[in-house]
Amino acid sequence: MSSPETTSFPAAPKGALGRTRSRYGEQTIRVVLTVAALVSVATTVGIVVSLVPPTVEFFTAVGWREFFTTADWAPLFDPPAYGVLPLVSATFLITLIAVVVAVPLGLGAALYLSEYAHRRTRKVFKPVLEVLAGVPTVVYGFFALRFVTPALQEYLPAGLRPDVFNAISAGLVMGIMIVPTVASLSEDAMSSVPRGLRDGAYALGSSTRVVSIRVVIPAALSGIVASFVLAVSRAIGETMIVAIASGNKPSLSLNPLDAMQTMTGFIAQAGSGDLPTASLDYKTIFAVGALLFVITFTMNFVSARLVRRFREVYE
Amino acid sequence: MTAPTVTEPRTVTLTRQKVPWADIVFKLMLRLCLLIAVAFLATLLIYVVYKGWSRLDPRLWDNFPSIRRPERAGARSALYGTLWVISLTAVFCLPVGILAAVYLEEYANPARWYNRMIELNIANLAAIPSIVYGILGLGVIARGFGFGTTILTASITLSLLVLPIVIIASREAIRAVPLSIRQASYGLGATKWQTTWRQILPAAIPGMATGSILALSRAAGEAAPLLLLGGLTYVAFLPDGILSEYTVLPIQIYGWISQSREAFHDLSAAAIVLLLLVIIAMNSIAIYVRNRAQKRW
Repeated sequence: MSSPETTSFPAAPKGALGRTRSRYGEQTIRVVLTVAALVSVATTVGIVVSLVPPTVEFFTAVGWREFFTTADWAPLFDPPAYGVLPLVSATFLITLIAVVVAVPLGLGAALYLSEYAHRRTRKVFKPVLEVLAGVPTVVYGFFALRFVTPALQEYLPAGLRPDVFNAISAGLVMGIMIVPTVASLSEDAMSSVPRGLRDGAYALGSSTRVVSIRVVIPAALSGIVASFVLAVSRAIGETMIVAIASGNKPSLSLNPLDAMQTMTGFIAQAGSGDLPTASLDYKTIFAVGALLFVITFTMNFVSARLVRRFREVYE
Repeated sequence: MTAPTVTEPRTVTLTRQKVPWADIVFKLMLRLCLLIAVAFLATLLIYVVYKGWSRLDPRLWDNFPSIRRPERAGARSALYGTLWVISLTAVFCLPVGILAAVYLEEYANPARWYNRMIELNIANLAAIPSIVYGILGLGVIARGFGFGTTILTASITLSLLVLPIVIIASREAIRAVPLSIRQASYGLGATKWQTTWRQILPAAIPGMATGSILALSRAAGEAAPLLLLGGLTYVAFLPDGILSEYTVLPIQIYGWISQSREAFHDLSAAAIVLLLLVIIAMNSIAIYVRNRAQKRW
């Protein structure tokens, strides 16, 4: 902006059009809005503040080596043991089962809705997927324990009968739970692939299948992979299904028919009691919570980075 | 290689004669993916209603829970607890979420690092597991602030949990208001807040309401964080204020699932139907608002 002295116009009469007094109301409102936006930052700070001190105290009492390298988890027993590996292995086993279910189903459903379905079909099925995402997880847990597990016990051959509490039914049901996450994010990515790419492939004589596999999936790959990562992160953090259906017995077993306890399952179990703040048991919850937070935070970060870095930009 | 001898002229067809099996199978498999998900949902709903049918009567919402006599137990305290917690959650998270959305859409300069950090932070919060919010509620709100295991603690925790959803939905609603509305308002001499309050917010309310109700219905079904916040399973009284102890439907259901007697499983199925009805009612309101008040610019 040039200063008014450089032009030859007469100076405007002061105070005729503008207000000289500043608008305190407007400024106050700006501050209030900023404070509201900062609540979300305060939440993150609060999470870190609630996790760090008890976790530090926990590790001064127990030691990193025992926590991360020993394989016996019995913090509420006497003598206690603090090897977190069984919880981690159970978490990843159940997550693996869930992802094996959710990735093909979610990707298939997304491809169908984006490439094959009529507009009317899409209008019917997209809300159905939203309903699937809106069912409370405690309901999924109930279904896993009372319907899926008995069904597996009934129909699987004798050597493969799962326990009453088991990883397989929790994983299967969790897989269905995260199908909407995979499907809706992948479908968003697929529908943002420009029409022209598809038309080009069709003009060369491709079938819809070839267009889907050779054009749409590669072009939408960053969004699809991001949806996978987010689904994994949701599966790792899911609590109620595993607390209900997979049992409360920490176990290093990689047999999905066995009962096992995940990180979230332990937090739910130990946190349900009213533990005294100073006790080591109480701090154990925070140590496991901090581990869970770091794992999911890293995955979300990776997911966000993937979307940003590998996104193909079409005008 | 010898040249082939053509005995008769070949007719060339432009259409394909071979049945494209690969294409048909591929399409069927994709359709199957969708159908499995839908069939699962249908099975789940039918099973829950079937299992809970015998207990879907006034006992469920008139009686208090009972450990010894499942046939007389009900979810009265849990139903009221859910209504209390959700109402208070709405009081906390809607104003904060909407104001934060207004800040980010109307006031914030997206080039500034702190505004980008706020946006990144909200996206990250949306993906943090709900049980971690329970840890936040336990460590900071219940014990740090000394609010204890009360409705207040539960509501604040759930507000923080669904805040990112409210902010994201409200921002989309604000963004959908066309720029010309703002310019017309400024052109008539309105200040920034007058424009926001009298033009943008009224136009964006349907969209915000839809997103907010969906966020609250998520809070209504949430159990994991409240497990850590003393969502007691056996509460034989109605909450009488925000500092009252409480239980909510998802926690009550969890408590009944963990019981070994079969009668409690029927009861938990019936309570699940009740919970789903609460959530469906909230979602129907959201859809009604969206369809009713949707404005085309």
